[in-house]
Amino acid sequence: MTYKFEPTIIGFTCNWCSYRAADLAGTARIKYPPNVRLVRLMCSGRLDPTFVFKALASGADGVIITGCHPGECHYLEQNYKALRRFQLMRRTLVGLGLEPGRVKLIWASAAEGARFASEINIFVEEIRALGPLHWGVPDDEEPSTVHSPLSEMEVPA
Amino acid sequence: MSDKPKFAMYWAASCGGCEIAVLNTNEKILDVDANFDVVFWPVAMDAKYKDVEAMQDGSILLTLFNGGIRTDENEHIAKLLRQKSKILVAFGSCANEGCVPGLANLSDAREIVHTAFNTVSTDNPKQVYPMTSYDVPEGEICIPKILPTLKTLDQVVDVDYYMPGCPPESHQIAAVIDLVIQVLQGKAELPPKGSVIGAGNSTVCDECQRARNVKTITSFNRIFGQEIDPDLCLLEQGIPCNGVATRSGCNARCPTAGAQCIGCYGPAEGVVDYGARLVSAFASVIDAKEPDEIDRILDGIPDPAGQFYRFNLAGSLLRAGKSAWEKA
Repeated sequence: MTYKFEPTIIGFTCNWCSYRAADLAGTARIKYPPNVRLVRLMCSGRLDPTFVFKALASGADGVIITGCHPGECHYLEQNYKALRRFQLMRRTLVGLGLEPGRVKLIWASAAEGARFASEINIFVEEIRALGPLHWGVPDDEEPSTVHSPLSEMEVPA
Repeated sequence: MSDKPKFAMYWAASCGGCEIAVLNTNEKILDVDANFDVVFWPVAMDAKYKDVEAMQDGSILLTLFNGGIRTDENEHIAKLLRQKSKILVAFGSCANEGCVPGLANLSDAREIVHTAFNTVSTDNPKQVYPMTSYDVPEGEICIPKILPTLKTLDQVVDVDYYMPGCPPESHQIAAVIDLVIQVLQGKAELPPKGSVIGAGNSTVCDECQRARNVKTITSFNRIFGQEIDPDLCLLEQGIPCNGVATRSGCNARCPTAGAQCIGCYGPAEGVVDYGARLVSAFASVIDAKEPDEIDRILDGIPDPAGQFYRFNLAGSLLRAGKSAWEKA
């Protein structure tokens, strides 16, 4: 049997819009891939970047964050806060070498079950294309190559 | 040999600032000498690893360990001192959370060695690289091997207490020395294992005297090249000051002196990931709703990974940049 990579994705949804969109997708029997594990928050503004860092450090290949459309937040404007946090968080993760496409923010209202399912479809395929992440630290065993010359490598002075 | 309890201090991957901070306790260092028998302290006295190896397990009462674990020698001594010590303290930012040496975790270890031995500032025409072992007529000689990433002390051994700071403030060190002496005299009890000692339980902002109002940030700027209000919160003035996520204990020295907090006391009580807390705090106070406008403001923080993890990368959830662990 050949190994087929199935992405592990953590999704954060807001109680008032995107979680209901996911619910609607379910009741409407719209199919979307089972790769995403949804975590319901009361609001996308509750999303502490720690959750995303922990997901990535614990083996997630990608993280999708969903919230109400701009202007439609149940708590007035916390989804704007989520947007700002997302943008700064993604810059930080890119600074740590992560591909920017592994984290994504989308908006979905409670009526957008079909759209929610299609966004999950798209994201799963994007992560599949990026391949496994398996964020980790190297084994304690020192790779034998650490001390050998790396003549092909350009290092700016 | 005296009957006094034994004291040791060791430096792994560190700069030596922690030992200077200990000596900066001035005459308090005489109390250390009066109450302890200093058995091992490579910076201050001559002792060999074999002397430590010959000691009984648990015979050193107190070991202050500073520095991160960068080489197999660091790791060996960390394990050795753990075995020989009753109380092992992760002393200073490097041992606690990696500190500046931990920023090397943004790079692959080969790249680090390469940079050290083969950049324009290094005259190395024959491409000579160090060998970790070499046979000579007298036998094999070895130098320590660099590990793939820098680790914090508690990622390698069990740690009893954590004392943060780069370096820990001398008045905090003096207070800890006093406490340990009082414990020896039966006048005080040790805090529970795993406690952070020699620091506060709040944030730098709590100790900062600058006035704080509602923050609405429209641009992030570096601290030079603009007028800074000496009485107003630096973050409010668009200076990326890390005080909001940083543990108190330094009396807000940097903001008091007019410079932003860079976070050397590490994560405040209850903060799981220092950088994530700062991302959250900084993004919350930006006054913008449009992605492009937010991006323009965020351009004022050119190196977010460095800004948020200057002292904390090795101790963070992600621990290293991707290139440090990715198999080539």
